[in-house]
Amino acid sequence: MDNGHKTGNGVSTAICGTAPVPAEEIEAICAQFGNDKHRMLDILREVQDHYRCIAPATMDHVAASTGLTRIEVEGVASFYSFLSLAPKGRVTIRLCNDIVDRFSGVSEVACVFEEELGLKIGETSNDGAFSLEYTPCIGMCDQAPAAMVNDIVLTKLTPETARSAAQALKAGRSPEQLISERFEALTPSERALHMVDNNIRHAGEVLLGPVPEDAGLAKAATITPTQIISAIEESGLRGCGGAGFTTGRKWRFAASERAEKHFVICNADEGEPGTFKDRVLLTERPHLLIEGMTIAARAVGAREGILYLRGEYVYLRELLLQVLEERRRRGLLGKDILGVKGFDFDIRLQLGAGAYICGEEGALISSCEGLPGEPKTRPPFPVNRGYLGYPTVVNNVETFCHAARILDKGAAWFNAMGMEGSHGTKLFSVCGDCLNPGIYELPYGHTVRELLAMVGGEDAAAVQVGGPSGTMIARDSFHRKLTFDDLATGGAIIVFNGERNVLEIVEYYMSFFVHESCGYCTPCRVGNVFLQKAIQKFRKGLANPEDIDYLKDLSGTIIETSRCGLGMTSPNPVLTTLKNFPLVYSAVIKPSKDGIRDTFDIQSAIDGARKIAKRRSYIFDKDFTQ
Amino acid sequence: MSGTKRETGFTFTIDGVEITAYAGQTIMEAADEAGVYIPRLCDHEGLRHQGSCRVCTVKAGGRSVAACTQPAAPGQAVENETPRLTKMRRDLVEMLFHEGNHLCPICEASGNCELQAMAYRLDMTEATRFPYLEPCRALDASHPDIALDTNRCISCGRCIRASQDVDGKGIFGYVGRGIHRRVAVNGENLADTDAEVTDHAISAEVCPVGCIIRKRVGFTVPIGEREFDHGLIGHDIEEKRK
Ligand code: SF4
Ligand code: SF4
Ligand code: SF4
Ligand code: FES
Repeated sequence: MDNGHKTGNGVSTAICGTAPVPAEEIEAICAQFGNDKHRMLDILREVQDHYRCIAPATMDHVAASTGLTRIEVEGVASFYSFLSLAPKGRVTIRLCNDIVDRFSGVSEVACVFEEELGLKIGETSNDGAFSLEYTPCIGMCDQAPAAMVNDIVLTKLTPETARSAAQALKAGRSPEQLISERFEALTPSERALHMVDNNIRHAGEVLLGPVPEDAGLAKAATITPTQIISAIEESGLRGCGGAGFTTGRKWRFAASERAEKHFVICNADEGEPGTFKDRVLLTERPHLLIEGMTIAARAVGAREGILYLRGEYVYLRELLLQVLEERRRRGLLGKDILGVKGFDFDIRLQLGAGAYICGEEGALISSCEGLPGEPKTRPPFPVNRGYLGYPTVVNNVETFCHAARILDKGAAWFNAMGMEGSHGTKLFSVCGDCLNPGIYELPYGHTVRELLAMVGGEDAAAVQVGGPSGTMIARDSFHRKLTFDDLATGGAIIVFNGERNVLEIVEYYMSFFVHESCGYCTPCRVGNVFLQKAIQKFRKGLANPEDIDYLKDLSGTIIETSRCGLGMTSPNPVLTTLKNFPLVYSAVIKPSKDGIRDTFDIQSAIDGARKIAKRRSYIFDKDFTQ
Repeated sequence: MSGTKRETGFTFTIDGVEITAYAGQTIMEAADEAGVYIPRLCDHEGLRHQGSCRVCTVKAGGRSVAACTQPAAPGQAVENETPRLTKMRRDLVEMLFHEGNHLCPICEASGNCELQAMAYRLDMTEATRFPYLEPCRALDASHPDIALDTNRCISCGRCIRASQDVDGKGIFGYVGRGIHRRVAVNGENLADTDAEVTDHAISAEVCPVGCIIRKRVGFTVPIGEREFDHGLIGHDIEEKRK
C-alpha cells in the first residue's frame, strides 16, 4: 500500500486512488504565488481545485517550495473545511444545513441527492465523481434550502429541482450548466444574479438608495487624511459587524502608528448564521465598497489592501475581480489615484476556505497571512500591529460602504439618522418564518415588533437577533429596540413561529459553535462540546432540575475564560433561551426520584453492545417484538 | 525581559499585595519574580507565551485575562486567588481531564504530572460533572527512543514551541480545528522525523503530562518520590516570597 510517499522519480501519489501528481506541477502552483508562504491559502486552494485533495506527498512539495515544514502546511490544510486531505468528488455538493434550511426542508432535498447519486451524506463516490456533504450557513437563508455545487450556488431547492439537478450532473453536465446553458456568455454580474436573488425589500437613504459614483472618493482626494478621519468620527459611524467599535477612532489609532507600511483589510467573511447583507452589498454595491476601502487607505496612509471574501461566496469572485480591474483602468486604484500625487493604493482578493472564525479580526489576519485561522493574542491590537506586523485597519463591508457615503454627504447628514449612540442606517437580513425574507435598510431604533410588521412575521413566537451569538427573544420582548444599546446586532434577524422547537434551535447553534471553534483555547474547544451534550440531554428528556444550574455554570466559565469573541458569546443561545423561554426547559426536566439518577438510560447505554453482539438484552429490552 | 531597564519599574497589586514590574513584563512574569504563583499549564519558562490553556485566567481592571500574555500595567489591581477564579480554573483542568484519557494510577507521569498536580492544588476532590469524551488516538512508538501517546495530550503546545524555538527543528505542530485539533508530528510518524531523545522538546520538563515518553526510563524514580509528591505545584515560586 502506498501511503503517499515520494517515489523515485519525484512523483507524488495520493492516498486512495487519485492520480499521482508530478512535483513540478505543485512547484508551478507555488511559483504562481511567488513561493510565498503567506499565500498558503491560495496555494492550497489551487491544489485542492486541481487534484481534489491535498495529499501528504503534495504537502511535502508545497513545504519545500515555500520554505515551511510539512506539519506547518498540514496545519493549514487541515484547518479549513473546504480543504481536504482525502480526495473529494470532482463535483462536490455542499448542502447548507443551517436551522433555516432545515426548517425549509433540506433533509428531503438531501434524501433526493442521496438516492440519485447513490451516496450518503459525507461520502465520496468510488469513481471520484461526486461528494455529498452538509455545510454550515452559506448566507442564503432568504432562499433556503440552498447548496453549493463546486463554485455554483443553487437556491430554493425542492425535491423536484434537486432531482433534476442531480440527474443533470450524473448525465455529465457541469454545475455551471445547471444555472444557464449560456453560462459562459454571461457577465460575472449576470451570473451572480442568475444564481442568487438579492431580495432587497426596503432600500434606505445611505446604502441601497441611489448612490452617485465615487463622489465620496472625489471628496476624500481634496481633503487631508486628518479631515477624513474627523468626518468619520463626527458621523458617529460604528463597525457594522457586531462589535460596534467606533470606526473613526480605529482609523485614528492606525493612522497615528508610525510604521513603514499600513494595511486596509475588508472583512467580507460574514458567517453568522442568518446574515447575508454583505452578500447583497458585494453584488449590488461593489464599487461603493472599494471606494470606502480606498478612502480608508488615504486616511491611514495604506498602499495595500486585502478584500477577504468568505469561501462560501466564491461565486462572487469573478465579479469582484472585474470591479477591481475596472477601477485600476479608471485610475481609481493603483498609482496617483484621481491624479493625486502619492495617493497609491491597490487591493488583492483573498478567498477564504470555509471557517467561520475567520470573521474574527485576528483570525482573519492570520488567514490572510497563510496561517490557520486562529485569533491573535491581544495586545497588540491590529491597529498597532496587524497584518505581517504592520498597523492594519479591518472593517466589514457595510462599514466601508457607509464611510464612502459619509464622505460624500457629510458627517452631519449621517449623524442625524438613527438614535443617540446608534447613528445612520443598518442593513437587516431577515429570514425564517416570515412572508418577505430579504434585506431591509432602516435607521437604527426600530422595535422588533415594527420590523416584524414590515417583513410579514407577526405570528413570530421567537426572534433570534444577531445570529447565534446574539439574543433569542420571546413575544414579551418584541418592544425592544434594534440599537447598539438595546439589542445589538450585526444584522441577522431570524424569525421563528410557534411550531418551532426552541431546544432544537439551541442544539443546532451549539453544534455550529462546536464545529467552528478554532480549538486554540480549552474552554471553547472543550466546553462547547459539553454544552452541546447537555442540551441533547434536555431534548431527550433526561435532564434533572440541577442541570439548569449546570448549563448556567458551564456557560459562565466558557464566557469568562475564552480567548476570543467566539467563546465569549457561544453560550448565548443557551443563556438567552434559559432567560427568555424558561418554560421550554422546565417542561422537559424531570426531578430525580430518591437520589437515583433518572438521566441514565439503560436502553441507550447497552445499545452499542447490543449492536456488536447482534443480540437483544433479555433483561433490559422493553419490547421483544421489535 | 528582566535584568534590563530596571529603572523603569512600576507597581501594581495582586490580591492586594504590591508587586513591582518592568515595562514589557506580563502579569505572570512579574508575579513569578515576586514569589506569587499564578496557576498555569501551557506557559513554561524559556518558551514563547501561548495563552491557550486559560488556567492562568486572572481578573485585571474588571476583565478576565490570561496572566501569561497580558502585559502588567501600572496601578492595576489584579485578582488571582479568589473562589470564583479558582473554581473556573478547576473547571478548565477538569475539561482537560475529560477531553483526553487519563488513568493516573497506571500512568508513567503520575507524581511528575503538572495536570495531576494542578488538580491537587485546585482541590479537585469531588466527582466531576462533565461527560468523558474518550478519544481513541493511536500510540506512536515508531521511534527507537521516544514514544508519543497523545491520548493524554492537553494541547498545551509546549513541545511545539520547544522544538521550533529551542531545538530549531519543528518536529511537532497542531493539525485540525475545534475539538479535533491535536498535536501531530512533522512526517508519517515520529521515526520519520529528526527527533532525538536529547532534544529539549523531548526532555522531562517540557511535556507537562505523560504524552512524550522517553523509552527505558519509566518508573526509575518511584511514585512517592516524584516532583509533586511532596509539595504543591508552584511551591518553588512561592518559596521566593518567604
Ligand atoms: S474562544 Fe474559541 S475560537 Fe476563540 S481562540 Fe478560543 S478556541 Fe479559538
Ligand atoms: S498524564 Fe497526568 S493526569 Fe493524565 S493520566 Fe498521566 S498522571 Fe494522570
Ligand atoms: S504532547 Fe505534551 S507538550 Fe505537546 S502539546 Fe501535548 S501535552 Fe503539551
Ligand atoms: S498559562 Fe496562560 S493560558 Fe495557559
